[in-house]
Amino acid sequence: MLRYLTRKIGLGIGVLLCTSAIAFFLTFLVGDPASRMAGESATAEEIAQVRQQYGFDQPLPIQYVRWLAQGISGNFGDSLFLKIPVLQVIAEHMPVTLRLASYSIFFSLIVGLAMGGIAAIREGGLIDKLCLFISLVAQAMPVFWFALVIMVLFSFTWPVLPASGTESWRNFVLPTLALGFNAMPAIIRLTRTSLIDVLKTDYIRTARAKGIPFRRVVTKHAFVNALNPVVSVSVVQFGYMLTGSIVVEMIFALHGIGQLAWSSIQRGDVPMIQAIILLFSVIYVMLGILSDIVAAWLNPKLRTAVHA
Amino acid sequence: MKKKLQRLFVGLFCAMLCGTALASKKDNTLVIAWARGLESLDLYFSTAREAIIISRLLFDTLLDKDPKTGDFRPLLARSFQVLDDKSIELNLRDDVYFHDGSKMTADDVVFTLNWVKQPENKVIHQQNVSWIDWVEKVGDYRVVVHTKYPNPSALDFLAGPLPIYSKKYYEKVGPAGMGIHPIGTGPYRLTELRPGDSMVLERNSQYFSGGPKGTPSVERITQRSIPEENTQIIELINGKIDWIWKLSPDQAARLKTRQGVTVIDAPTMRIGYLQFDVAGRSGPSPLQDLKVRKAIAHAINRQGIAKRLMGSSAEVVHAFCHPTQFGCTNNVAKYDYDPAKARELLDQAGYPDGFSVKLYSYENRRVIEAILADLAAVGIKAEPVISSFEPLRDKVSAGEVPFTYMAWGSNSIADVSAIVPHFFTGGSSDTVRDAQVAELVREAGSTMDKKKRTALYEQAFQAIADNVYMLPMYSFSINYAMSADLAFEPSTDEIPRFYKAQWK
Repeated sequence: MLRYLTRKIGLGIGVLLCTSAIAFFLTFLVGDPASRMAGESATAEEIAQVRQQYGFDQPLPIQYVRWLAQGISGNFGDSLFLKIPVLQVIAEHMPVTLRLASYSIFFSLIVGLAMGGIAAIREGGLIDKLCLFISLVAQAMPVFWFALVIMVLFSFTWPVLPASGTESWRNFVLPTLALGFNAMPAIIRLTRTSLIDVLKTDYIRTARAKGIPFRRVVTKHAFVNALNPVVSVSVVQFGYMLTGSIVVEMIFALHGIGQLAWSSIQRGDVPMIQAIILLFSVIYVMLGILSDIVAAWLNPKLRTAVHA
Repeated sequence: MKKKLQRLFVGLFCAMLCGTALASKKDNTLVIAWARGLESLDLYFSTAREAIIISRLLFDTLLDKDPKTGDFRPLLARSFQVLDDKSIELNLRDDVYFHDGSKMTADDVVFTLNWVKQPENKVIHQQNVSWIDWVEKVGDYRVVVHTKYPNPSALDFLAGPLPIYSKKYYEKVGPAGMGIHPIGTGPYRLTELRPGDSMVLERNSQYFSGGPKGTPSVERITQRSIPEENTQIIELINGKIDWIWKLSPDQAARLKTRQGVTVIDAPTMRIGYLQFDVAGRSGPSPLQDLKVRKAIAHAINRQGIAKRLMGSSAEVVHAFCHPTQFGCTNNVAKYDYDPAKARELLDQAGYPDGFSVKLYSYENRRVIEAILADLAAVGIKAEPVISSFEPLRDKVSAGEVPFTYMAWGSNSIADVSAIVPHFFTGGSSDTVRDAQVAELVREAGSTMDKKKRTALYEQAFQAIADNVYMLPMYSFSINYAMSADLAFEPSTDEIPRFYKAQWK
């Protein structure tokens, strides 16, 4: 297990280096950050001054290596626009995104597991078809559109929930629905197929033959085993929610990491973009490792396979 | 269990229904929202328009310019006098206090202006400060601003982008501290800031009376950043916010019919323009031929685009300046919409079947499509290349593009010195390089005599129009939407003055 973990972490560091380098060069490809900093009415001389002042006139590889060297010692620099350390800015924006992602994964797990479970038990029936239909609709619907629809419904036509802000938990209801709804289909379908497979295994037939009621067989024996792939997927989905909630954060004016990423890209705030992308990659890499560990913990067979 | 669950759901539902406190008249709190997240509040290190708006609330400048009449009025000064071509004396008020309770004196003014003008302090907009030679203290409440050269725009700068800081405070905290904990003399002080998200400003009870900003009526101003236009509108209708701006024309038209909401379509100083690479920096092109440029001027239905796509207060402009700017003129060659004449001119220029060209822009797609359609109608096949603003501006500076459609807001300065020199004095944005025009503009820019200055600018504008060096299209308009309870008057310089806002 230790060897396996070391290999995974080593691989993760490689991924981090690659993504940060690609992100760094891509940021400059979009346009000169000095030009964006200097503002609308800037003259070429003013832009040149900003470029020199912030070191953007240095060759890109040198700028990258300098950033990396500072980053390793924990100094990711100051935001070009807010003039405060990027880590502080990220720390201020992180709680909102964490809250939204946790609510959303919780929501999509509860609904997804329930719907997937019921669909599997009633395989081929009307409920099964309905569940599959809902998952298809949820998958096909663009998040921004669904978010606007529920906002119009619940903040406008029938104003029971706030449309924007972060003051209370009520502000998170609609964003959670929007983000969670989008992640749900994968959980529904995976739970369904996985449970259907498990229900066809011999040990379930044995349990049924022993006279254990069906409900208990499902909850006690089948579900736990069917959960394995769902857990792996949910961990990845959680990563997607932490890093991919840009659209939802924009629409509901939640000032989390997603929105910070968007505005930083717009402004060309290079240190901010770099730190956010690094953070996103760290989240993905860590969640990937976590998902493997949880899978191994849930399924002893995998553990031995790893050892072998 | 079932009952418990039922109770839980009923409880949750009730909790959902009880709303948070509404904005507005009742608690004298004005909630404003715009898309952009706010950056540094130190105006010398920010280029966002929103920072200018907030800076007018938190800080004061030495002078103030009446947006309607264009007259300069003393603000932190009690009076001012232009001593000669290169010096302005200002008598300061002795009843002005910073938000930390300290008194403003000549030392603060001398420190601020002498500090920002030094290139090593790296203020972003050097053009705002580079004209200052030095500022001299001649009494506890009296200063003289010396300029490097006769600068007719000096008063505009003193009334605009040069807020006065507290010497003691700025020396202690610098730009980083001022950016998040600003301390000024303005009619409002900052009490809460969530960078990029929101801020709360409270009325400054110590604010001096008798100044041009008046005594603010609204007690508290909350600013929120809401990127999505639809969300802004829903929150406005729900009464959670009181003021939004820059609405798209179709949304504004729809909102107009709503009760409780007022929509104002107001003109701004921004003008749209077509810029031609007359100097040929990007290589030879038909656009270097005057007849072709005249054909383009006749081909585009500027009036139609202005009224149908830009908003009801958008107006066609003929000279390359906004009519409200000092030095602007209407006495220039005008090119009416006349496709037949355009075709004739193209024929004369040797392009009877038109030609192909790339039109670069970052602006409104619908407008660009209208321009392309008008050009296509006379045979010019223009291919649009759309990017964001900065990369395009850099391409223009590098002389890489033949034909662009862009806009210019003149940095909110109601004087043509904020527009023509940028494009016609040989700088990187000058795509014409006409030495004669450059000389006229330069001379006007250092002439203090108003009459002579206007005459010089007029000659320059006439040369620009005669040669169609630039085709000014129309002035822009902005749609504001606000609570019907709010009395708010927009100004053409795109700087909402919230200290003047009142509840009806």
